[in-house]
Amino acid sequence: MMLQLSGVHAHYGHIHALHGVDIEVQVGEVVTLIGANGAGKSTLMMTIFGQPRASGGRIVFNGEDITRLPTHEIARRGIALVPEGRRIFSRMTVMENLQMGAVLGEEMNFEVDLKRMYLLFPILEERCQQRAGTLSGGEQQMLAIARALMSRPQLLLLDEPSLGLAPLYIKKIFQIVRELNREHGMTILLVEQNAHHALRVAHRGYVMQHGQIILAGSGRELLANPEVHAAYLEGGHAATAA
Amino acid sequence: MALALQQLINGLTLGAVYGLIAIGYTMVYGIIGMINFAHGDIYMVSAFIAVTVFTMLAGFGISSVPLSLLLVLLVAVLFTSVYGWTVERIAYRPLRGSTRLAPLISAIGMSIFLQNMVQLTQGARVKPIPPVLVGGIDLLTIDGFTVRLAYSQILIVFVTIALMAGFTWLITKTSFGRQQRSCEQDRTMTALLGINVDRTISLTFMLGAALAAVAGVMVTVYYGVVDFFIGFVAGIKAFTAAVLGGIGSLPGAMLGGLLIGLIEAFWAAYLSAEYKDVATFSILILVLMFRPSGLLGRPEVEKV
Repeated sequence: MMLQLSGVHAHYGHIHALHGVDIEVQVGEVVTLIGANGAGKSTLMMTIFGQPRASGGRIVFNGEDITRLPTHEIARRGIALVPEGRRIFSRMTVMENLQMGAVLGEEMNFEVDLKRMYLLFPILEERCQQRAGTLSGGEQQMLAIARALMSRPQLLLLDEPSLGLAPLYIKKIFQIVRELNREHGMTILLVEQNAHHALRVAHRGYVMQHGQIILAGSGRELLANPEVHAAYLEGGHAATAA
Repeated sequence: MALALQQLINGLTLGAVYGLIAIGYTMVYGIIGMINFAHGDIYMVSAFIAVTVFTMLAGFGISSVPLSLLLVLLVAVLFTSVYGWTVERIAYRPLRGSTRLAPLISAIGMSIFLQNMVQLTQGARVKPIPPVLVGGIDLLTIDGFTVRLAYSQILIVFVTIALMAGFTWLITKTSFGRQQRSCEQDRTMTALLGINVDRTISLTFMLGAALAAVAGVMVTVYYGVVDFFIGFVAGIKAFTAAVLGGIGSLPGAMLGGLLIGLIEAFWAAYLSAEYKDVATFSILILVLMFRPSGLLGRPEVEKV
């Protein structure tokens, strides 16, 4: 077991955002978390990093209890996050953003990893001396993913990577998720509002509602589930088409 | 004409000192969004360390000017950075995440504490040092007025230029500099990348204090006297310089420092030496009223 959350609670001020969440991610899996806006998906991702800190329950990564560790120590254990809204350093150059991502990596790996990122996202090489804030939304998302990968994480958390992107970029993002997993064996936890795409790429999925997991199953099962279909897929389709 | 030239030299010297102190304000503001009102007193503490070490060195019979300057600078920078670190650790870090006003009040408290500590241990009187760097170059004489460039002024300007160049390199080209800038933009994201944000903030305080320490040593050499209250006035002037340049902007702090130094020197020469502080404080009020982002402050134009 790579990541295991058991009975995790979290509060944002007075708001009780997570009500005892249990999820697991195995080595080599793509696991997706779907649910409506405000269901607590992003909170869950941030709670894994202690932002906010879990107010109850346990988070175990590779056998170690990381529930009370400081945020940077959790990252050092080998988890990287592509956060909601990308949060790239807009006033720094593309290259500097990648260097920031590589802070945890070995110095000698930097050039190799940089080449790998340029291969995966050729646009970043063209723009490497440009300020990251001048990139388009899709390019910023590529940068956020590349920045996360620069630390060579064991587990990659992706929070709504397709949100607000043009269909071409959405396709590219899911292609990359698949490629990272199938070809590089990367373990991925993917939060998505685009349930249709997410469930197709994922081995397993969880459905979240009001801070709780209400349904779990393989990607295929959830795709076929009529409840899931009614609540998340038709809406998801409409959103993709629009 | 001669007077103007002389005041230009004096103003640049003063401005260099203000610029060095202003960097500390602007960096701390950039990274945690608070004005460290104890920063001026950190500078004052450094001046006292300089006085103590100069006196000790004179006692040991060390008379070489470059050697004693170097030793004083080393000791002052070392101790003053420890002060900077300690102030952050005990007065600001426990308040992180509370209201914006809390660390501000704590900073003013720290400022009062440092002044009183120095007053108690060093006495309230003006402390002189044995002259370190005397003499200068007479540039030219017009109508019996000689324009003079003191050696201490040359020292101040050169040290400041070297420090600012080194500092700019540190912030723009090194890994620490990138971490410092990323903390300014998004502390949570920086932590998510595995960077210890508290450590980066501590280092920022130490760096600001180290620059103020150099300013403290320079001023001690320049004026030859210090007292426990110099931090307050110099602090507010450097703060004005940081605001004028655009708080949060490093080139702004340097530019603001130079401008404040020049304005003060010319005001003192042509308008009123007694009211020279009024000039600075009027600028502070005017900038805050009409251009709060300062001269080089960044207007936020970014794609989202």
